[in-house]
Amino acid sequence: MDAIILQILNGLDKGSAYALIALGLTLIFGTLGVVNFAHGALFMLGAFCAVTLNKIFTISYETIDPVRKDFLGNPLKVETPYIFDWFGPDVGTAMIEWSVPLAILFSIPIMILIGLSMERGLIKYFYKRPHADQILVTFGLAIVLQEIIKYFYGANPIPTPAPPALTGSADFGVLLGFDAGSIIYPYWRLVYFVFAAAIIGGVFAFLRYTTFGMVVRAGMADRETVGLLGINIDKRFTIMFALAACVAGLAGVMYTPINSPNYHMGMDFLVLSFVVVVVGGMGSLEGAVAAGFLLGVLESFASMGEIVSLLPGINQIIIYLVAIIILLTRPRGLMGRKGVMEE
Amino acid sequence: MAKFNPGFSRRGLLKASAVAGVGLAAPTIFSSKSYAYMNEPKGGTVTLGFNVPQSGPYADEGADELRAYELAVEHLNGGGDGGMMNTFSSKALKGNGILGKKVEYVTGDTQTKSDAARASAKSMIEKDGAIMITGGSSSGVAVAVQGLCQEAGVIFMAGLTHSNDTTGKDKKANGFRHFFNSYMSGAALAPVLGKAYGTDRKAYHLTADYNWGYTTEEAVRSSTEAMGWETVGAVKTPLAQTDFSSYITPVLQSDADVLVLNHYGGNMVNSLTNAVQFGLRDRVANGKNFEIVVPLYSRLMAKGAGANVKGIFGSTNWHWSLTDEGSKAFVKSFGTKYGFPPSQAAHTCYVQALLYADAVERAGSFNPCAVVEALEGFEFDGMGNGPTLYRADDHQCFKDVLVVKGKENPTSEFDLLEIVEVTPVAQVTYAPDHPQVAGGSLGKCNPGS
Repeated sequence: MDAIILQILNGLDKGSAYALIALGLTLIFGTLGVVNFAHGALFMLGAFCAVTLNKIFTISYETIDPVRKDFLGNPLKVETPYIFDWFGPDVGTAMIEWSVPLAILFSIPIMILIGLSMERGLIKYFYKRPHADQILVTFGLAIVLQEIIKYFYGANPIPTPAPPALTGSADFGVLLGFDAGSIIYPYWRLVYFVFAAAIIGGVFAFLRYTTFGMVVRAGMADRETVGLLGINIDKRFTIMFALAACVAGLAGVMYTPINSPNYHMGMDFLVLSFVVVVVGGMGSLEGAVAAGFLLGVLESFASMGEIVSLLPGINQIIIYLVAIIILLTRPRGLMGRKGVMEE
Repeated sequence: MAKFNPGFSRRGLLKASAVAGVGLAAPTIFSSKSYAYMNEPKGGTVTLGFNVPQSGPYADEGADELRAYELAVEHLNGGGDGGMMNTFSSKALKGNGILGKKVEYVTGDTQTKSDAARASAKSMIEKDGAIMITGGSSSGVAVAVQGLCQEAGVIFMAGLTHSNDTTGKDKKANGFRHFFNSYMSGAALAPVLGKAYGTDRKAYHLTADYNWGYTTEEAVRSSTEAMGWETVGAVKTPLAQTDFSSYITPVLQSDADVLVLNHYGGNMVNSLTNAVQFGLRDRVANGKNFEIVVPLYSRLMAKGAGANVKGIFGSTNWHWSLTDEGSKAFVKSFGTKYGFPPSQAAHTCYVQALLYADAVERAGSFNPCAVVEALEGFEFDGMGNGPTLYRADDHQCFKDVLVVKGKENPTSEFDLLEIVEVTPVAQVTYAPDHPQVAGGSLGKCNPGS
């Protein structure tokens, strides 16, 4: 039982990432009708916002320490971050340690700007083009973005740890009446899950309870009629693209302490996120979130030693297997809307 | 009336056409030229082919390999401070190129994909006239390119490749490996682990699901089980896996008290980070502190894992903090030129380039078969690993192996690992027919043309 609880917890944090990326994908698809293969790259760019902020905080000046030597035996060049001088060593250290949560604020304007630039500079020219064209151009864009990141940050993963107060793990075994140490779960993964739930809740509330959101939902249902009512739906859809980019970016920022970010991390999530969207139902925001968590948990269970020994390789195909079964039984996905991708 | 005699019959013409057609259709790599051997250098220069990952996940390691090769070329041509040429026990190299020919080089991008690596090596051999191919950061790539070089008739000096198979079941007469292998890691690590953690331990292995992972798991399992450890679990993880949490959690459910991560590169960074996140370093199991072991360490990868490597044992081929004259000379040359210390990948590539050049000088010929003869059974010193033998039976170098540990208090971004023990070569030497490396055969050297 404790093993099952542990795998559910594991699935939730993985599912959180899938759900956040799939939510953004569905927002873009539902509003603009664009299949955005660069969405994984937006997740990666968000992660590198956290890396960049950390690097900004650690911009240093050099002083020579005549006593200590470097690897060549020369006097050691000691680097001191400027923020130590500006804010004092204690505050400076705290800023560096808390750079990932602080990067949330840092990344929002950057991701909105990137989203707006992408939509106005490239994507808008492909609204009326076939989905195959959209896929090709956005996939190409994703490769360009990841190569740019590799050029500036290198190919190796860059450690971006969580603040010391949020590292370590909680012992749920004791809380739930199991043996101590049987259900250990890292604090940061809990933070990630809560953060993802808050973002998802925020997006849904925004769409449901604001006039802007109501117009967007109306536009998703019938773009032409909303346009005929004199509402500039295109402008709102552009803002939705920026919002979707921001959601993907925030998912990336908060993911950095879980796995050290590298230029390729977006691609690792992209294909699975598309499967999540298809399983959830093209154009369904609720479906994307539900499928994200469902597939995250299933993937987690399929990796259990007992299951892999019974069905070797199941951990690598489970998501696709479930996708096939769901699409055979419910061709529109779990919560797919009628008419989407069916013309 | 004079009868027209063209000199050949219709049938003869057909036969000749068929033979010519087969000849034209055959891959140009096998074509015969008017040379004694493949890509025999005729002018005042000789071209080497550096096949390293310039894109993909090991691009940083590839960049360091390329830096090392450029430094080696500079030293071979008489530039710089000469680096390890000053400490190398063989004094055949004079700093005037190789056999008086100026060394030039071309580069290829392996992308850490076997097919891409073969294509780039083939291009360097066929189009650029490379007489030797060297480099790489993966065993899959090394085995693939080694096979190609054997067919083409050029020498392959492997870069970073750690699988037993490179000089085991996939060994080739034209291929040579300076880097150590999985067996040596297991043999060097086990005694140190026994001393640090005791001989009554229960190990759980997570293993990358490809050739290198299998040979490393086998090597570490057999050496640790031989000293009394029990293996309570071994799970293969997909190479593309990024989040290892679902593989780490079953470890918590098992009665293991040691986790062995047979992972390299990004896999190692992520699995180690996840293991630490799940509190394995703070865990007590079977009344003992839970421990993590990473059989193959790389400083570049350790950097990616950050503070998570602290106190974790592993093995490495070479480390810049070694204080022998050869290592010091190399670190000085490399550090002065590039501003940071070399990685183990850079070291093995630099040494391989010098060893090839030296073998040509001693053989007095670029002919691959003469080079093979010069390298087989060659004993040398002054290259950073103590007295070393290029064993004739399998073209594997036998030398001391380093057991290292993640440093608790690093003084710089390069100072991540500390050397715990220099395991003497005798302890990591095995018979050519040892079960872990058995199979395959070198075959005969192929000079190409």
